[in-house]
Amino acid sequence: MATAVETKGWTRDQMAARAAKELRDGYYVNLGIGIPTLVANNIPEGMTVTLQSENGMLGIGPFPYEDQVDPDLINAGKQTISELPQTSYFDSAQSFAMIRGGHIDLAVLGGMEVSEKGDLANWMVPGKMIKGMGGAMDLVAGVKKIIVVMEHTSKNGDAKFIPECTLPLTGRNVVDMIITDLAVFHRPDHDNPFKLVEMAPGVTAAEVREKTTAHYVE
Amino acid sequence: MQKIYPNAEAALEGLLFDGMTIAAGGFGLCGIPERLIDAIQASGVKDLTIASNNAGIDNEGLGKLLRTRQVKKMISSYVGENKEFERQFLAGELEVEFTPQGTLAERMRAGGAGIPGFYTKTGVGTQVAEGKEVKTFDGEDYILERGIRADLSVVKGWKADETGNLIFRKTSRNFNFPAATCGKVCIAEVEEIVPVGSLDPDCIHLPSIYVNRLILGAPYDKKIEFRTVRQREAA
Repeated sequence: MATAVETKGWTRDQMAARAAKELRDGYYVNLGIGIPTLVANNIPEGMTVTLQSENGMLGIGPFPYEDQVDPDLINAGKQTISELPQTSYFDSAQSFAMIRGGHIDLAVLGGMEVSEKGDLANWMVPGKMIKGMGGAMDLVAGVKKIIVVMEHTSKNGDAKFIPECTLPLTGRNVVDMIITDLAVFHRPDHDNPFKLVEMAPGVTAAEVREKTTAHYVE
Repeated sequence: MQKIYPNAEAALEGLLFDGMTIAAGGFGLCGIPERLIDAIQASGVKDLTIASNNAGIDNEGLGKLLRTRQVKKMISSYVGENKEFERQFLAGELEVEFTPQGTLAERMRAGGAGIPGFYTKTGVGTQVAEGKEVKTFDGEDYILERGIRADLSVVKGWKADETGNLIFRKTSRNFNFPAATCGKVCIAEVEEIVPVGSLDPDCIHLPSIYVNRLILGAPYDKKIEFRTVRQREAA
């Protein structure tokens, strides 16, 4: 399936910037590890967006200066971070009460596979990767809107937006939007199919179709 | 009633037995009870079931108890960055009950609050739901999860007064609060023990009723897993 060397499509930063377009003023947002973390660098100027870290913090600041590194202040990816004047701290049960209780507006997560019904698999490859789901299952169950950011195909060219997930699920019928290096798929609610709503510069609908096995609306 | 013990070994006296369940605070290596983990390792107690969000990393935190094969089972949400864990798990030497992070926190909170089970949307339709009761509320499916009651809780705080009223610092609070509440006995280690009356009663995070034994654990190592920094812009 994979053709010649890929030069078109969005970079990781551009995918994050595209996800950032879904932010709204006043949103409380949880960002997953990897490309989703880069969304924090793309919050539009003048917009107030509060980032939640599931280890117990609202109002994540930037990475600290070398002389301000604090082992007691980390994000969910265990990276050292800084606080903001409006930051608050709480325990893990409270943190997930916020998440599960539907108080977080948006979560941006990475994905290994998304099915055409909006199922997400991103936590386990049987016999290989046994790290665990962390907070991903809670996030997809409780957050109002779920965006998955992932490469359109795997390293060996296999589609990742597919009819049925083959890997163990993180959640069933939970994804609202998929942003890949090639395109954006969106669905208005969990009863409707995904629609191809945008393509990266230089990418055609035919190419997206060729690299996707999921059913979607064009 | 004297809650303060001279060290971790003394605080653990009479509490440890093979096959017991321990709830531990911490997220990654942030806010882990370093002194108590070391003392549990030194005691040689084995066949432990440990409820903790993570399992430490190689030879740090709970990773120390893995290396000495004192752990039979982990109840955790994330166990990456730990080669020894992976080796024991893949070899079938270590049991793991993967539990979504929020479900784990709530299982501890519920256990400590006298709630034996609760329904949650988290994990519905996934491996996590296998074998669990499903109940529909207002047209949506939820699964039944059990509260955790541990034989012992080990947690790390920042400051405590002599009665055990305790405060945490920044993101080191994490699982320390729910873990502290769900043990039949809770031992807290802190960086500083201050006289009664020096902590603002309005700002206590963990009321003394949850802390049965207390030790001064300082000085602390406080390892960092991923040191990420930014550069100052030139003036």
